Amino acid sequence: MAVVFQKPHALTDVPMHYCPGCTHGIIHRLVAEVIDELGIEGRTIGIAPVGCSVMAYNYFNCDMIEAAHGRAPAVATGVKRANPDEHIVFTYQGDGDLASIGMAETVHAAARNENITIIFINNAIYGMTGGQMAPTSLPGQVTQTSPYGRDVKACGYPIRVCETLSELDGPEYLARVTVNNVKNVNNAKKAIKKAFQNQIDGKGFSLVEVLSSCPTNWGMTPQKALQWIDEKMIPYYPLGVYKDRSAKEESAQ
Amino acid sequence: MSTKQMLFSGFGGQGILFAGKFIAYKGLIEEKQVSWLPSYGPEMRGGTASCSVIVSDDPVGSPIVSKPDVLVAMNLPSLDRFEASVAPGGMIFADSTLIERKVARDDVKVFYIPATRLAGENGMPTLANMIIVGKILKELNEFDEDAINAALKKVISAKHADMMEVNLKAMRIGAEN
Amino acid sequence: MAEKVLMKGNEAIAEAALHAGCRHYFGYPITPQTEIAAYMAKRMPKIGGTFLQAESEIAAINMVYGVASAGYRVMTSSSSPGISLKGEGLSYLAGADLPALVVNVQRGGPGLGGIQPSQSDYFQATRGGGHGDYHMIVLAPASVQEMAELTIKGFELADTYRMTSMILADGTMGQMMEPVALDLEVKPAPAKPWATNGTKLQREHNIVNSLSLVPDELEQLNFARYERYRTVEENVVMYEEYMMEDADICIAAFGIAARVSKNAINEARRQGIKVGMIRPITLWPFPKEVFRRAADHVKTFISVELSMGQMIEDVRLATECRAPVLLCNRVGGMIPSPEQVLETIQNVVKNGGAN
Repeated sequence: MAVVFQKPHALTDVPMHYCPGCTHGIIHRLVAEVIDELGIEGRTIGIAPVGCSVMAYNYFNCDMIEAAHGRAPAVATGVKRANPDEHIVFTYQGDGDLASIGMAETVHAAARNENITIIFINNAIYGMTGGQMAPTSLPGQVTQTSPYGRDVKACGYPIRVCETLSELDGPEYLARVTVNNVKNVNNAKKAIKKAFQNQIDGKGFSLVEVLSSCPTNWGMTPQKALQWIDEKMIPYYPLGVYKDRSAKEESAQ
Repeated sequence: MSTKQMLFSGFGGQGILFAGKFIAYKGLIEEKQVSWLPSYGPEMRGGTASCSVIVSDDPVGSPIVSKPDVLVAMNLPSLDRFEASVAPGGMIFADSTLIERKVARDDVKVFYIPATRLAGENGMPTLANMIIVGKILKELNEFDEDAINAALKKVISAKHADMMEVNLKAMRIGAEN
Repeated sequence: MAEKVLMKGNEAIAEAALHAGCRHYFGYPITPQTEIAAYMAKRMPKIGGTFLQAESEIAAINMVYGVASAGYRVMTSSSSPGISLKGEGLSYLAGADLPALVVNVQRGGPGLGGIQPSQSDYFQATRGGGHGDYHMIVLAPASVQEMAELTIKGFELADTYRMTSMILADGTMGQMMEPVALDLEVKPAPAKPWATNGTKLQREHNIVNSLSLVPDELEQLNFARYERYRTVEENVVMYEEYMMEDADICIAAFGIAARVSKNAINEARRQGIKVGMIRPITLWPFPKEVFRRAADHVKTFISVELSMGQMIEDVRLATECRAPVLLCNRVGGMIPSPEQVLETIQNVVKNGGAN
């Protein structure tokens, strides 16, 4: 009997704790498939954040480190610099972790063109703590800490991470993708693979922002949540490649 | 058994810390126990600079010199600030080009050296500090050119080896004045 | 014995760290310890090491966490306000049982405070510095030679016990120059089978982690950690006794305070006063036993500190309050003078506290 579908080797065989309909599972799988396809599991070290994916260290078969809230890019910098020729290092971070408490670490790792890969999960909310306003929550979005909707006069505007970082000379590759339908999942995998390949090739800081759903804290069915990505999130956070230095240099030649 | 507690003081840029370092290194070469402690902080950038140097036959206790046996004052604020702290019977070396007043104490030995003027006249405007060092070594009966050269080798990096000779010359000028 | 060179305490720490095989340094500029970073910036690129000026103290300690996770000797250094920022990372290093070396060249506080020498981070260092139940091995050098020796010792102890070693120095120790011999012996780092340096597909994945959501499991982790701390308390205590054999009065002092006190003790001895000193070299573990024994014959203890009285609490605990413990201190960047210490000793004699 031919195997037509199986768990990637880079994923462990344990049930994940994520809520039904959450897209973390899909993105974990995409990262694991890429690690398998590139044959790098034995030299990959992943950094888990604080947030819903805090226990990602249980799900990936490569060596894993759990970092303090927001500090994953700094920890990744240490791991990478410890053995730059051998270590392949990725962080897996949510929006609160990466764009709020860890913004300084994010910006400076990008500015240094640190040769690491960052998978940035943007679901516009703090999931683990029960649905508070995130730096990426949309204007008017109702959360536990913006019960009347995000008031931009009081709480400011959402942060568009790819656009912001693209102003820096440092980073190699910045792309925004999502996983709310098959086509988008395929595109997301391509971007993630490129972000890892860039590191293998020594090109530097590569960040893939994945628009992700949080049906539990958005208060929606999983299907409605995937639609909400199309209807609300993508208009504010357009998909696309925001920076691809090598491609630009090649086309200029 | 002897311990010399020395305090070097002046403006930042006069080579106060360097002079102290030289004395400490010379002590080290002569197999003494030594310590060197600079003042640090904003005053390093143009204000008053000072450093404590201890050269002793015994292990150095506190590296802080509060009652110097030897005070080097290369400007008036330094003399004003530290004159009273000098141990009775101690020595004060004052740069008389920059300090017009006389030392008020009568229980210390005072040496007025027009170091800044001598440095200018001899084409070594940055070495008033070492002219005074030469004078100190002479008054302490420690003007030993072998030890001086060995210490200079330690404090002057190979890159600036051409400065050795002029430093020695500055000290000779100090010793002769 | 190799030729002695004159070095600043800060430079001696940096050179000794390189000698110990540390090839990764992360820091952020702050007075009075910046010479360490400057030294590393000069040397690391020439020996294939990493010097990185981090965007913050927080980032620096987390870079340390990353290198330590990968199993390499690593360090950071700072001064008091910067150490507060590193508090989070210190707690995580302890929670993940990672070895690292952290240097605190203390300055006066609290807040931004001043830049002159202080010992007022004693509580912060000996009680852990961050949140949760944990300790660091805290080493207090009193000479430039010890700045070098304890740096090497710090790396070795960190590796042996999977803990953070902290060098607790002060502005004087960092800035002063003394002769130092650097031909020091270094024990090779032990194997680190727990390190996250890639599975090579030849073992189960390693996880470096401080999260444990099941209370009885987290309790067991704490118990096990404290069991390890007990072996540290048994094996690692270091101190110096000075003229203690017949002492009626005992000075307790570390670092620069011990240097100043030695002058005062020598003068007091000349005056016939039986005074000695116990100088803790490890502040944690604290040399309790030697103080407990001293209390058998000492009539009065004097804790000389550059703080409002922090180590004095450990002296009282160790001596079980069997003799009075007085405080002789200056703070805010001021340093007690030998005269001040001598006067305190003389007052004890005058008030009958020495017989």
